[in-house]
Amino acid sequence: MTTVAVRQVRQVSRSRRPSARAGYVVKSVLLWAFAMLFLLPFLWMLSSSLKRNLDVLAIPVRWIPSPAEWQNYVEVWTGGAVTMAVFFANSLTVSLIGVVGDLTTSAMAGYAFARLTFRGRDKVFLLYVATAIVPMQLLLIPRFMFFQQLGLYNTLWALILPGIFTVFGTFLVRQAFLAVPAELGEAARIDGAGEWRVFSRVYLPQIRSTLAALAIISFVGSWNDYEGPLIMLSNQNLYTVPLGLTRFVDADGGLSAGLAMAGSVSSVIPILIVFLVFQRQFVAALASSGLK
Amino acid sequence: MSAAVLAAPVSRQARRGPGGASARAGWLFILPNLVGFLAFTLVPLVSGIGISFTDWNVVSGLDGIRFVGLDNFAALIRDTGFWQAVGRTVLYAGVGVPLTMTGGLIIALCLNGPVFGRSALRVIFFVPHIVSSIAIGFVWLLLLHPSSGLVNLALQAIGVADPPTWLVSQDWSLVSLILITSWAGMGFHAVIFLSALQALPEDLYEAAELDGAGRWRQFTTITWPSLMPTTTFLAIMSMIGHSQGFGLIAFLTQGGPGNSSTTLSYLMYQNGFQYYRFGYAAAIGMMSFVGVLLLSAFFWRFQRGRGLYS
Repeated sequence: MTTVAVRQVRQVSRSRRPSARAGYVVKSVLLWAFAMLFLLPFLWMLSSSLKRNLDVLAIPVRWIPSPAEWQNYVEVWTGGAVTMAVFFANSLTVSLIGVVGDLTTSAMAGYAFARLTFRGRDKVFLLYVATAIVPMQLLLIPRFMFFQQLGLYNTLWALILPGIFTVFGTFLVRQAFLAVPAELGEAARIDGAGEWRVFSRVYLPQIRSTLAALAIISFVGSWNDYEGPLIMLSNQNLYTVPLGLTRFVDADGGLSAGLAMAGSVSSVIPILIVFLVFQRQFVAALASSGLK
Repeated sequence: MSAAVLAAPVSRQARRGPGGASARAGWLFILPNLVGFLAFTLVPLVSGIGISFTDWNVVSGLDGIRFVGLDNFAALIRDTGFWQAVGRTVLYAGVGVPLTMTGGLIIALCLNGPVFGRSALRVIFFVPHIVSSIAIGFVWLLLLHPSSGLVNLALQAIGVADPPTWLVSQDWSLVSLILITSWAGMGFHAVIFLSALQALPEDLYEAAELDGAGRWRQFTTITWPSLMPTTTFLAIMSMIGHSQGFGLIAFLTQGGPGNSSTTLSYLMYQNGFQYYRFGYAAAIGMMSFVGVLLLSAFFWRFQRGRGLYS
């Protein structure tokens, strides 16, 4: 914030005030015009979700549908062999268990990698580092095979389990704990606190914003995952939201446009709420992850 | 593994490291994550590499799995479909990565100064990054509709008589995917660039200004070199992302029309989960991984010594 203020002062002092203001206006207008390319598709999505299927691509384009076809949302949420409510329940199950599990295992492991010293620690961490750049796709075939052998193919566990143990989460948390002074724990240990207590009461509260960020990243990642469910699930009753959305395209490639848009809007809302509430931590964590 | 550790000599357990914790505590904290890591990442990775040297497919089944050495790789090298997919992947990433990064950098530079509605703009640019590829796919499928999509209506309105048919055209399908992917990723790049820009020391610019350096010169001598580590990081991330790009391709074009948008990641999916030729698919995955690894190493070496603080 102060940086901006300083720069603003500098600009004003360099150029005469009116031209600085003109620059501000021109820049703002151009940037907002560009931003419309990003905003309009979503406004169009919202508008189309309130149109009948046939009217979505009607010419001329009507940005404000009248009358608004709320029926689309009713149809999406209650109609069809399997409703959106089922997809939402599946996605929420996968995402929420995944987030809680990911936070728990990552926080513990990240803490140990950063703030506990023991034999073999660095060797194990090297193993984690080595797998960080492996494409997830390469893991899908063996996972598919394992889950089939274990009888977990076509269950939500095939999606939940890999999400609980992530290398990314461990890295992120380790990075955050490295910034917390080691003396903090020593003081607590001298006072007789056990290891679990030192971790949960002394260290964990220090990295609250990182944990919030990890929660969001983890939630968004599993909420939006398409390839995993596509490969691991064949039972429609288990479909997650992205997979469920594809039912608005029929076998011939025909599209129920109004319904598809209503489904898409529904699918975006939870993510948008999570993002807007935790925006600050989210952006901060994205920026620091992997950069240092 | 953990049992062996827990059975380690008592003296070692009791000995405390600089952190003050015992070895047992360390392993117990790591254990939950480590078990999952071994089961769902390390073992699959090693098996994935192993599978690429076998002829495992749906006919052979798991019992008929047979080691075939480098046969899959030899077949890949003779497979023109594979090389076409390599070419398309190089094009997809080669155009997509610079496009996304340039757009992201320009947005970040604009947002780094005073501008109307800064925080709203940041959200608007970023949102496509957190929306699922299916929702994004639906919107663009309709916006890019050849005859009545908004994009072609707009193009016709400004005088383009014969606009492209985008996703259903052999010539334009990959281009469409590049544009949509870049559109969705630009805001993420902007946010990362922006945080790097805001960390730059202000006094450098003040000194440069005193020396009479103009805006452009300040950018080329201070901003760009300082951003080098961020740029490299984003280039590698984005390249990996493009090489694994799947959702949009699978949903919007299924690699088509024809094979016109079949990239390596989609070719791997096709072989693995449509034809159930797991050995061949794993070999494609390995080739793609090695390619990305070499390029990443190249980028990394290239930027060393070029950054302002390296």
